[in-house]
Amino acid sequence: MGMKFEKTGEGRYRLNVNGYVCPHPQIYTKKALEKLGSGDILELFFDNPSSGESIEAMIENDGNELVEKTVESGQFEWHIQKA
Amino acid sequence: MQQQVASAATADAAMAKITRDVDAKIKTRLWAMGLLGFFAFVSVGTFVYNEYYIYLSVYLWFGMIYGMCLQYGRFCFSSAFRDLFAIKVPRMLVGIVIATLLFGVISAPITASGLSTFHAAPVSSHAIIAGVFFGIGMVIAGGCASSSLYKTGEGNMNALLVILSLSLTQALFADVGGWANYFVPEAWTQSALEKGLPASINVTDGWVDQYLAGYVWNNPALTYAEVLGMPNASIGGAFVGNLLVGILIPAGLLLAVVYVLYWRKGYRNKQKKAGNVVTGLSGELAGYWAMITANKRTAIAGLILGIACALQMLVIQGLRVKFGFKNAGVLLDRIGWDFGLSVQGTVFDPGYWYVTTQEAQWVGWTLQKMGIENMDNIYFGFVNGIPNPAINPADWMSFALIGGAAIIALYHNEFKFKKPTWETAMWSVIGGFFMGIGARLGLGCNVGAFFVRVANGDCSGWLFGLGMAGGAYLGVKFFNWWTEKKLAKEMESCGL
Repeated sequence: MGMKFEKTGEGRYRLNVNGYVCPHPQIYTKKALEKLGSGDILELFFDNPSSGESIEAMIENDGNELVEKTVESGQFEWHIQKA
Repeated sequence: MQQQVASAATADAAMAKITRDVDAKIKTRLWAMGLLGFFAFVSVGTFVYNEYYIYLSVYLWFGMIYGMCLQYGRFCFSSAFRDLFAIKVPRMLVGIVIATLLFGVISAPITASGLSTFHAAPVSSHAIIAGVFFGIGMVIAGGCASSSLYKTGEGNMNALLVILSLSLTQALFADVGGWANYFVPEAWTQSALEKGLPASINVTDGWVDQYLAGYVWNNPALTYAEVLGMPNASIGGAFVGNLLVGILIPAGLLLAVVYVLYWRKGYRNKQKKAGNVVTGLSGELAGYWAMITANKRTAIAGLILGIACALQMLVIQGLRVKFGFKNAGVLLDRIGWDFGLSVQGTVFDPGYWYVTTQEAQWVGWTLQKMGIENMDNIYFGFVNGIPNPAINPADWMSFALIGGAAIIALYHNEFKFKKPTWETAMWSVIGGFFMGIGARLGLGCNVGAFFVRVANGDCSGWLFGLGMAGGAYLGVKFFNWWTEKKLAKEMESCGL
C-alpha cells in the first residue's frame, strides 16, 4: 500500500503512511503539516515505531499539538493540530 | 429503556476490548519470555556441552543488551543525521554523541590498563569517502546497519531486506576481481605485491585486496594519544589523548553547534511561551542541558549502551587470557569447527560491538557452500574467515541483537510483522547496496567505523562520521524531492 492523503472533514485531513519506514513517515508528515492551515487537524496513521519518536519531537519543536495518540498492535494513530 | 440497552452494549463492547487487550498483552509477553528462554537455553546448553562456548555466549548476551537498548531508545545513526537535516530534530544525534562520550569515559580506564581489545584503523581521506557512501545508503535504506538489525526484531521485513542487501553487497564486493582490476591504479598493485601476502590470497586479483594492501594499509593507524606522543596504555594517553582531545572536546563542540543551529530558537520560544526569559550564560547553559536531557529514553539507552560496549571489551579480554588465545579461530579449532578459518587460522573476533563483517561472513559461507570460491581475498581468506554462522561469535551477537530488540518490542506491544511494498523494498535494496560498499571501503559501519572508533580515540572515527553526515545530507535532499513530488499529487485532489 502506498502513501495516501485525503480530506475527512472540514479542516481535517488523513495521512496514511502505513508500511513505510524511516524517513518517509516523518518527511511526509512535515510536508503535509506545512500545507495545512492553522487549527487544521492531521490524522496520521503509521506503523513504524521509530518514526513516532522523530515526529513527536518535530511537533513539539514546531509548536504544533499532539491532541490524540493511540497505539494498538503496532498501529499508531495520532491526531496533530497545526498551530 | 433503549438508552439503557445501548449503554449496556457499549459497556459490553468496552469490556470485550479490555479483555482482548489484556489477552493480547499476555500473549506478546509470553512470546518475549519464550525468546529470552530460547537464548538462555542456547547459552546454558552449549556451555554444558563444552565450556569454550561461554566465549560465544558473552557475544550473545552483549548482543542482546545492544538489541534491547537500540529498540528501547530507537537508537539509529541514520535518524541522527537524517532527522537533523530533514525535519531539524537533533534528538537522536544528541543521544548518539552522549552514548559515544559515555562509551569513551568507560573505555578510558580499560585502555589505560592495557586490557582493551581495540585496534586503531588506518587514517586517510578514504574514511570520508566511505562515510559518504554509507551515509547515502543509510538514509535511502531507512536505517543504519545496527538499526536495521533492531528493526528486524520489531518485525520489519524492510529492515531484513536491508540486511540481506548489505550482507550480499559486502561479500561480493570484497571478492570482486577480473574486470574490476582494470580500475586499480598501478601503484596500488605494486604496493600490494610488496606486502608479501600468501600466494593463496592472489593479491593482484581483486579490487578490494589492492585497495587494502596497496593503499589503506600504507596509511598510519593512529589514536589521538599516539598523535600527542603518548602510549594508549597510559593514564595520559587514554584520558588526555583519547578521551579529552579525541572525544570530549570535539563532542562538546559538535553539541554546541547543534544547540545554536537546531535547538536554541525553539527552546527560547518555548520558554517565552511559559513566561520565562532566557538571558546570559546561565540561560544558554540551561538550554544546552535541556537539549541533552530532552529525550530520557534515548539518554538511558545511550548510557547502558556505552557501559555495555566498554564492559564487553573487558570480559572478552578476560576470557582470552583465561583460555590462552588471542583470536577465536583457535577456540573454534579446539572445539572441532575448523572450516572457514583464514589462512592465518583466524576468524572475525573484534572483542567489541560490530555489525557488518559478520553479515558479510554468513553470505560468504553460503556462497562457499554453493561452490563459489571466495577465500582468495584478504577480507575472508587472510583476516576474517567464513566460519559456519552457527558458531561464529560475532553472528551470535547479531542474532541475539535481533532477539533482544524483539523482546522489548513484544513487551511494549510494538512488534508488528511488516511486509515490504515494492517501493520500500526497492529503497531497502538500494540503501543496503550503498551501505555495503561504504562499509567495506571504511572497514566498518556506523558502529565499527564510527561509534567504536570515536569512543576509543581512533583518528579515523570522526572522519567517517563527517562523510556519513555529508552522505546523509545528499540522501535527505533526494528524499525531499521524491516525497514532495508524490505528496503534491495527493494533496492537489484535496485542494491544497
